Amino acid sequence: MSIETDYELGVRRDLGSHVFTAEAIINFARQFDPQRFHVDPEAAKDTVFGGLCASGWHTSATWMKLNIRSIKNDVAKAQSEGRTPPEFGPSPGVRNIRWFKPVFAGDEIRYSRINRGARPLNSRPGWSVLETSAEAHDKAGNIVMSFDSAVLIKLPEAGD
Amino acid sequence: MPEQNLLYFEDMSPGTIFPLGPKNVTADEIIAFAMEFDPQPMHIDAEAGAASILGGLAASGWHTCAMMMRMMADSYLLRTAAEGAPGVDHVKWRKPVLAGDVLNGETRVIEARASRSRPGIGIVSLRHQLRNQNGDTVLDSDNPVMVRLRPQEGGQA
Repeated sequence: MSIETDYELGVRRDLGSHVFTAEAIINFARQFDPQRFHVDPEAAKDTVFGGLCASGWHTSATWMKLNIRSIKNDVAKAQSEGRTPPEFGPSPGVRNIRWFKPVFAGDEIRYSRINRGARPLNSRPGWSVLETSAEAHDKAGNIVMSFDSAVLIKLPEAGD
Repeated sequence: MPEQNLLYFEDMSPGTIFPLGPKNVTADEIIAFAMEFDPQPMHIDAEAGAASILGGLAASGWHTCAMMMRMMADSYLLRTAAEGAPGVDHVKWRKPVLAGDVLNGETRVIEARASRSRPGIGIVSLRHQLRNQNGDTVLDSDNPVMVRLRPQEGGQA
């Protein structure tokens, strides 16, 4: 085993897709981002976006939703095969969040993850920082969102 | 004509400060957000949170960002001639946000420049910081927002 194979470095992992309904866009935005282009379909027509669109935080948090679902599936698979899955810790943050295009009501967005690199964490023996790129594309294949993330991860001890 | 009480690009000169918060973070809110977007044990279960590195039921970092967004909206963004944001340069989750925390902070304008590609629009670089009730910084973030320039009196809107 190596860092490259353990972490699938450079490999794009499809996380599945998500449809943003008008109801969900408005519900999220009423709570967290009540700007008119996120909560009012009529008022949104007169804005630069031209229609009701999801808060960028909604688009980004949905990556996390699908990423966690993917990880949970991986963990269940590993356990069913008698392997010890990696342990995940917190994330120190994200960089370079880009909201390239608005996500409109009814849009189906496909999410993916590419692990870029991993380095051991000197302050926590056994743990590494895993650098990840997140992307989201619309049905036409246009990128609508991306960011770079990091997460603490602990691989199982050799022989586990 | 400029709209009264609306903040335009010209009102957001470097050094301008807008307060954020206070925001009480409840366990129910932490769990509800995490069940939808980030269902990891330390975000949805108090005992798992207490046993984790985070030391308690802790908000998803994405939830903290969303709470910051709401604080921004309530403080200044809903009365700003804002045209959305192209993204966020960075978010640093410096300390866990735990159930019962009270968040306060501010947005500071770092830089303001006219857009080269879009006449009538300015790009305002914002620096946000949130702190908990102990004064510990829990989040730092830089992000640009698009803001309309003030229309000329008597000119074409």
